Amino acid sequence: MSKTILTVDDSRTMRDMLRMALVDAGFKVVQAEDGVHGLEVLAGETPDVIITDINMPRMDGYGFIEGVRADPKHRAVPILVLSTESSPEKKMRARDAGATGWIVKPFNSEKLVDAIRRVAA
Amino acid sequence: MNVLGMTQMSDPLTHAGMGRELISFRIGSQEFCVDIMDVREIRGWTPATALPQAPPFVRGVINLRGAVLPIVDLGSRLGLGQADPTARHVIIVAQVQNQIVGLLVDAVSDILTVTDDMIQPTPDVASEMVRNFVRGLLAIDGRMVSFISLDRVLPEKDLEVAA
Amino acid sequence: MDPMAEIKATFFQECEEQLVELESGLLAMDAGDDSSETVNAVFRAVHSVKGGAGAFGLDDLVHFAHVFETTLDEVRAGRLAATAEVVKPMLRAADILADLVRAARDGGFVDPARCETSSAELKKITGIEDTAAADDDGMDGLVFQPMQVALPPIGDAPASGAPDLDIAALLAAAQPEPEPAPAEPGGWTLTFKPKAELYKKANETVLLLRELARLGDVEVELDASELPLLPHLDPEGSYLSWNIKVRGPAPEGDIREVFDFVESDCDLTVAPIGAEGEDASGLSADDVAAIASAEAELDIAALISRAQGGIAETSEPVGQSSEQQPAPVIAPAPAAPVAAAPAPAPAAAAPPEGREAKAAAAAATIRVDLDRVDRVIDLVGELVINQAMLAQRVTEAGMARASSVAVGLDELEQLTREIQDSVMAMRAQPVKSVFQRMPRLVREVAAVVGKQVRLVTDGEGTEVDKTVIERLTDPLTHMIRNAIDHGLESPEKRIAAGKNPEGVVRLSALHRSGRIVIEVADDGGGINRERVKNIAIEKGLIAADAALTDEEIDNLIFLPGFSTAATISDISGRGVGMDVVKRSIQELGGRISISSRPGLGSTFTMSLPLTLAVLDGMVVTAGQQTLVAPLTAIVETLQPRRADVSNLGDGARVISIRGSYVPLVDVGLSLGYRSEPLDAEQGVALLIEGEGGRRAVLLVDAIQGQRQVVIKSLEANYRRVPGIAAATILGDGRVALILDIDALVAASRGTEAPRMLQAG
Repeated sequence: MSKTILTVDDSRTMRDMLRMALVDAGFKVVQAEDGVHGLEVLAGETPDVIITDINMPRMDGYGFIEGVRADPKHRAVPILVLSTESSPEKKMRARDAGATGWIVKPFNSEKLVDAIRRVAA
Repeated sequence: MNVLGMTQMSDPLTHAGMGRELISFRIGSQEFCVDIMDVREIRGWTPATALPQAPPFVRGVINLRGAVLPIVDLGSRLGLGQADPTARHVIIVAQVQNQIVGLLVDAVSDILTVTDDMIQPTPDVASEMVRNFVRGLLAIDGRMVSFISLDRVLPEKDLEVAA
Repeated sequence: MDPMAEIKATFFQECEEQLVELESGLLAMDAGDDSSETVNAVFRAVHSVKGGAGAFGLDDLVHFAHVFETTLDEVRAGRLAATAEVVKPMLRAADILADLVRAARDGGFVDPARCETSSAELKKITGIEDTAAADDDGMDGLVFQPMQVALPPIGDAPASGAPDLDIAALLAAAQPEPEPAPAEPGGWTLTFKPKAELYKKANETVLLLRELARLGDVEVELDASELPLLPHLDPEGSYLSWNIKVRGPAPEGDIREVFDFVESDCDLTVAPIGAEGEDASGLSADDVAAIASAEAELDIAALISRAQGGIAETSEPVGQSSEQQPAPVIAPAPAAPVAAAPAPAPAAAAPPEGREAKAAAAAATIRVDLDRVDRVIDLVGELVINQAMLAQRVTEAGMARASSVAVGLDELEQLTREIQDSVMAMRAQPVKSVFQRMPRLVREVAAVVGKQVRLVTDGEGTEVDKTVIERLTDPLTHMIRNAIDHGLESPEKRIAAGKNPEGVVRLSALHRSGRIVIEVADDGGGINRERVKNIAIEKGLIAADAALTDEEIDNLIFLPGFSTAATISDISGRGVGMDVVKRSIQELGGRISISSRPGLGSTFTMSLPLTLAVLDGMVVTAGQQTLVAPLTAIVETLQPRRADVSNLGDGARVISIRGSYVPLVDVGLSLGYRSEPLDAEQGVALLIEGEGGRRAVLLVDAIQGQRQVVIKSLEANYRRVPGIAAATILGDGRVALILDIDALVAASRGTEAPRMLQAG
């Protein structure tokens, strides 16, 4: 059985790219469009890894990560932050919010799969 | 457009040497036919709504299941005089290029199956009507049936100022 | 289509949406909206364009977006106030960003000098010289090196059934590991002590060790010396640490990168093997293992049995990767406390099926082929006609209005109307999509003609049929251009006139009596009637002695061949005049009029049908034909008296309405349905107001009533008919023609527009 990855990103382009890369790598992919939607999806899903964008409407990535970590059911799910923002303070902020790791955009499939491997049991 | 012999060239049926089906109909004392492939349906006469500034052969428009269908008095169009339509008159609904047109005729008589070698070239006559509409002639049971082209039954699309 | 090309197409589509967001957000900021919501939305738009552009290697776009984003980030962080000096350059930058997107999409080219100027402008605002390089470095540092090693089978890790992991066995296995020969290539010795924080973020020591194993031969020693006795153990605490040796040529950077995600959540030392002694802890591997097994004997065993499931799940891949490594990798179990954490177990227990179904996002919209919508609209049109026919048959059959059949039909009619409205609403869209193109136009035109212009829009949410919207762009573009170019004065003139040097162009939309009314107003000098009249005389459009009302003079600008600009500027040189605008509006079944006040400005008002599919009409009889007059054109109906009607010249008639003479159009006669004029007293008069507010009276035999009719094309199967706008099908199943009122009126005044004005 393949691993399930939840991706949370408001950009259709990014969602499509993530889906393509992840499906090609043999993952099952579920997608959400922002933090609020992501938490909604988590009510019915138990992904093995979550990949989330930071800048999103309604609820940003930080809020989403905090939400996941506050949920006893999902708090141990590895979360990778997908962002073009790679400044140390942004990383610190993501880490403080509870992110497991990050992937810096632009990414390629290799980078993506590598990062998942690093956090996925 | 060259109406003579054009169809023999372009119709795939001809190459196969197969027959084609024609619908023959009557206007006054003359008989005509058109390719059955151009005919959508045949229906009884219903009064048409007259159109302003229309040529005399355009009787007006009727409602054909929601589409507005112009009715051409084919006899008038062919220069045979205007019809005085009754309930016994018939409208042949035909496809002419990308438009649908209703042709008012006296009665539909037959479906003819003919091969192209049966269609004789139109003799040279002075009539403009013949030059514009008649593609060829058929001899059926001793009667002459004119095979006509519908390409020019409707008036030009461009607005010509009437009168 | 190649999936990448498809995603790229999506990207450009999304860019267009983001650009719209960007512009409207910036305009809101320009208008003083500095809410974080707006600023964030603007930031996100640029950010999103940049992100996608990066993925497709659109470097120009990435670089420009980056500079732009940096500026926006300053605003977002509150370090920079969104003053006009900040927002205006950003609006210019938004235009360039849009051009770059389109150039990337269509293979065009954007003048690098423009980008450079704009970039410089943005950098000047923030004072941040070149963030691009720094940030790019940051990115590069984070690129995960591609590995030559085969990827571990991530795909089916949990499924293969976690092997039972026996910590004791693993620890035992660590012991026989021979001491590395001194001749071995260099390597690194690490001490790694995770903090509880590390586990809270779902990082796992075992995974870090697995990563290290990819870099070289790894020896691992567990230091369980700090593990307390069970009663004192915090299940989420972190007590274990590891001493690790990685042998191989891997550089320190690679080693540290493994711990990149966790660097602040652990104590980590990395030193070359041998540099600080092989046994940093002062203990031999044997000693460590011994300590571990001795001290933890009871407690660990207990913990293990409790946490077996969780550990097994998380540690399975280690076993697999160790098989692929030349030397056995000895990986300890993850810290027991973590394994005891409740989360992983339910994860493993999740039902494997039904995930995808539930994942389907709760989509609020669907995309439907326009053809399908139009097919439904056609069918509903049929339904309306059929319902009307049925109702007429019922009446003809002599059924009472109160009969159950008639009542049922009334309900059916109600329902049919509702269906029709709902279906029409599917095609309706807010005019926003057209309005949104205008701010840029205004900026560009203003720049070219050297005027200061503020565009104010109102009623963007007003909905109208998609086709109307699509065909509105060109006329609106021209009118706005015209308003700036001809309507507004130069800043100097405005100041001289005591006005704000910045002119205002107001674009608004609203629904009024079943139509959409769109206005383009400027606060310029108004129409210079003297000049307009002179030009019209010069061009032979009107007679030199024509006596025209102000309104008629204003309407001269709609005449073909009229151009008001004394000097043809760049802007108006684009080829169309107001006559073209008027014609395109008329083709949409709309009207356009102008009102102008000297010194205060001009207002162009367009009134358009909400849909091109139905029309509210008045059903009338003229010369025994049933005809439909669009209700919107009709001002009132009158019963004319013979005394009110006078002959004027050659066959023309006028009618006096409350003291003013209005041309009388005998509809039956004009359309050739009647050969003799209708006696006015025998008929009914419809006072109509056509384009430009000109009035006329249509004389018909009788009025049958009002109804909504479905518009049917005459041209589809026939051709255009003068005086007739379209056709419809009435309740009796017959075709009725819809009058083209303006054409009828124009024809009755003579076909030439200039003469028509003179006559008025």
